[in-house]
Amino acid sequence: MAATVVTVSSGKGGVGKTTTVANIAVALAAQGKTVVCIDSDIGLRNLDVVLGLENRIVYDLVDVVEGRCRLRQAMIRDKRLDTLFLIPAAQTRDKSAVSPSDMVRLCDELRPDVDWVLIDSPAGIERGFRNAIAPADKVLVVTNPEISAVRDADRVIGLLEAEGKGPASLIINRVNPALVRRGDMLAVEDVLDLLAIELIGVVPEDENVLIASNKGQPLALDGKSKAGLAFQNIARRLLGEQVPFLEMESTGFLQKLLGRK
Amino acid sequence: MPMSAADSLVQIKGLRDSLLVILGDAPWPEREAALLEYIGANPSFFQGARLALDVGSQPLKVAELAHLRDQLSERGISLWAVLSESPLTETTAQNLGLATRLAKPRSPIVSQTITKAPPDTALWLRGPLRSGTHLEHGGNVVVFGDVNPGAEIIAAGSIVVWGRLRGLVHAGAHGDESAVVCALELAPTQLRIAGAIAVPSRKGRKAQPEMARLVDGQIEAEVWKA
Repeated sequence: MAATVVTVSSGKGGVGKTTTVANIAVALAAQGKTVVCIDSDIGLRNLDVVLGLENRIVYDLVDVVEGRCRLRQAMIRDKRLDTLFLIPAAQTRDKSAVSPSDMVRLCDELRPDVDWVLIDSPAGIERGFRNAIAPADKVLVVTNPEISAVRDADRVIGLLEAEGKGPASLIINRVNPALVRRGDMLAVEDVLDLLAIELIGVVPEDENVLIASNKGQPLALDGKSKAGLAFQNIARRLLGEQVPFLEMESTGFLQKLLGRK
Repeated sequence: MPMSAADSLVQIKGLRDSLLVILGDAPWPEREAALLEYIGANPSFFQGARLALDVGSQPLKVAELAHLRDQLSERGISLWAVLSESPLTETTAQNLGLATRLAKPRSPIVSQTITKAPPDTALWLRGPLRSGTHLEHGGNVVVFGDVNPGAEIIAAGSIVVWGRLRGLVHAGAHGDESAVVCALELAPTQLRIAGAIAVPSRKGRKAQPEMARLVDGQIEAEVWKA
């Protein structure tokens, strides 16, 4: 096995990076892949909460980096999916406790034994962001159909290109089709038009996401909701499958873009 | 120059805009002395240089690294990066505000200062220029692609965008009132020509090629007709 390291980033906070990581990880693991999630948001960890693994943390990322434990000891195995692991962030330190080269070393150690490493990047474009993208083979940029989020995504895409990490793929999260129809929300094509990178997923606004996050039960576990299905589709696209975009997403423009009728 | 112990301990490579010094295997005080001796033997070569230092697995404390940095700075050399396999040294370097890896060249995020450019030539850029890109140029600028909101172009001459212009542009930044701004879709966040500023209203405008120029000190945009 040789893992692909995928970092999920956005620039702006609160657009759904952590939710995206949790759901894609669950969806990949459900397909039998070995997945390790790394929460690189040191000081403000929450991937553990969204995955429902909070009460099982013993060691964290900083413990690994500073040699207080072995990598395997910090990997928490999910009880529902036995190929899903989490390396949590430290809560009591800050971003400077880890360096980009630490992250590269850590991921290189994981690569031979797993299929996917998913890194949850903190918001911002400073140290934490640099740590998160340093080991990445592929970066997924999450944005919302909202001008400020798109502006930040644009900045992040520019920084990734400058670091030689491009081309990134785009996830547009929390799309509300009713608002788009009324012209009160940016449409998927407006966002794509500006950011001009490959689209890998469109996730509809769905209150079940919030409920699931609070319960620590990522939606993609069952996939009955539209958002859960959208995340499962992103995972399948990562695996190289050609998956059509959901009904809500397939406007004329997108179909043209994807070369379908 | 006479051969000495220093020569075998110090290896130097040229980087894009700085020197990379690789120190051989020896106790730290010896290595530090060797480096300073090497510099002392070639003062003109090092004068004003930016130095990146590869110290291998040597663990260094803040006092040690700060001492070397000060020694170098006394000789007109600025230490900007320390590369090491030792986590302690890395932390130390970071605490001192030094880089711990060599940055790759950053082409798309251009930050050029205004230089004198010959008239009737232009700087050619491929878009999109993304948010956070800041470009200054002493002549004309042509962008093949979009200029996104949050990107800035400041040119002494004219600016032509073969794409959508939605960022901030300043043409004639040195006072040239004959400078113009052209775009396939002229919807900048802010548009400046010489000393004049305009904030175009975006509402109800058709996307069409337009050219903005100064007319009696006011910026006016007109539809471009072939």
